[in-house]
Amino acid sequence: MTVAELRGVTKRFGPVEALKGIDLDIPEGELLALLGPNGAGKTTAIGMMLGLRRPSSGTVKLFGLDPGDRRARSRCGVMLQESGVNQTLSVSELVNLFRAYYPNPMSADRAIALAGLEPEAKKPVAKLSGGQKQRLYYALAVAGDPEVIFLDEPTVGMDVESRRTFLESIKNFAGNGRTIVLTTHYLDEADELARRIVVVDRGLVVADGTPDFIKSKVAGRRVTFDSDRALTEADFEGLPRKRLEISGQRAKILTDQPEEILRALFQRGLAIKNLSVVGADLEEAFLALTAHDKAKAGESGAAEPDSSALEEVNR
Amino acid sequence: MSTRVVTRPSGMSVAPMSRMLGASLKARAQFYRRSPLFLVFSMVLPLMFYALFGTVFAPKSGAPEFFAYLLGSYGAYAVSSIMIFNIGIGVATARAQKIDVLQRATPLPGWVAIASEIVTAMGVAVVSLIPLFIFGAAYGHVQLSAARWLLLVVSLVFGALPVLGLGLAIGYGASANNAPALANLIYLPMSFLSGLFIPLAIMPDWIQKIGVWFPTYHYGQLAWNSVGQGKEEPLWAILWLIVWAAVLFGIAARFYRRDQTRKFA
Repeated sequence: MTVAELRGVTKRFGPVEALKGIDLDIPEGELLALLGPNGAGKTTAIGMMLGLRRPSSGTVKLFGLDPGDRRARSRCGVMLQESGVNQTLSVSELVNLFRAYYPNPMSADRAIALAGLEPEAKKPVAKLSGGQKQRLYYALAVAGDPEVIFLDEPTVGMDVESRRTFLESIKNFAGNGRTIVLTTHYLDEADELARRIVVVDRGLVVADGTPDFIKSKVAGRRVTFDSDRALTEADFEGLPRKRLEISGQRAKILTDQPEEILRALFQRGLAIKNLSVVGADLEEAFLALTAHDKAKAGESGAAEPDSSALEEVNR
Repeated sequence: MSTRVVTRPSGMSVAPMSRMLGASLKARAQFYRRSPLFLVFSMVLPLMFYALFGTVFAPKSGAPEFFAYLLGSYGAYAVSSIMIFNIGIGVATARAQKIDVLQRATPLPGWVAIASEIVTAMGVAVVSLIPLFIFGAAYGHVQLSAARWLLLVVSLVFGALPVLGLGLAIGYGASANNAPALANLIYLPMSFLSGLFIPLAIMPDWIQKIGVWFPTYHYGQLAWNSVGQGKEEPLWAILWLIVWAAVLFGIAARFYRRDQTRKFA
């Protein structure tokens, strides 16, 4: 059984092409993360699956039905990024309201417990903290005991600790064959929760696979150092690098094997100062993955200020 | 909302409409209970006007009739201010807080949310009449048959439909910031010119001539008629109100569709 199905979906907002042709199948029981930087089209894609947005072209099906169909929606729980609830109602009043929307809801106590909001059950929403509000939206998403939950950037506004327990709770809920679709721009969040990661960038699916597969493509270390002379590409010939960026005496290398690289560089007798080896951030990882060429990187301007000697290799 | 059947997997069903409606009404009631100021305003202001104006201007003879007339005026004022302010500002605020966005992603049909808002506003309107009625009967010695009391309530609640349409138009057309100002700007002069604050009989001719065009004038006539003091045939008043309701609900529907297209197209 397919939960959601997108076929050649495009979406235009005026001059902006938010989705440029997305094909996606989400089978039942999938734990899927849509991963991508801000503005990649993740929220638009989820909005399509929920019938909140109509595609400019292509088709979207939810449980084989039009996403606006109430029978399809009755099987989905939703946590949206930009949405609200009546601030004067209390947590338990809202959970009970949302329970009534669904044919076979879970008990209010259970929904509140899953979100870890028992102490706040009687509190009006207006008095909740940012993280507590996020958990309230989660409680509302699970209140209908849905087969699938869509979570759009669910951990925004949460501190590290509550983010961890929150992801744990989602994992538990997903346990019995439920489908989870979440969007995030944190690779580690996707890695922790998902069995499948779909990387979206600039309205296109650029990678689709298991977390290990995606990590092998994007995760890496960034080796940065200065030398005592101007560097050239020839200095890095044959090294296991994913991306190389040279500006004068400074080199920035994205790689899975920083040790190999350093060993080789020392052997070649290159002077190395100010060395740092750190985890590549997601922005770099995406650049490696999405093959934005030099021209495009230049176009995007501020994102890559020193893209003078930007090169992509080993892809 | 589409009801087209594409496939029909087993076990697919939806929550009963009665449960959705019941829960939505309950949530509205909880909201009003949490916002006592909302209730106080819609009750205290009309009562204050009624008491002040009635006491100051009551004639030596025929005071009960005068108080009965004002009961129609301020009853109409009370009910229509709830329709225009509670609904208008309520809907605009819900849009601003994107309550409708999350709701749209749930199986709740859009009309249930609106209907429950309207029904509770009508309930609040009826409640807001109670202090007016008590004051009128106790202090103003208003004496009406049971049938006329009932007729007054029914006229006040259903005669407010055009104003409800206006409230919805403001709610869907204006931003949350502008809605209160716009509601006041339209509603206060209109009520004044229609004689809801001060009886038309003691106002200049030209005001009376303008007043007859407004829905609130015919609304007032319907109310005054139910206490036996209307100047317009109730049938004409009703006809006027129907036409106005059609126009204002039409405008509200346009704004509603515009809002929906912006958010969900």
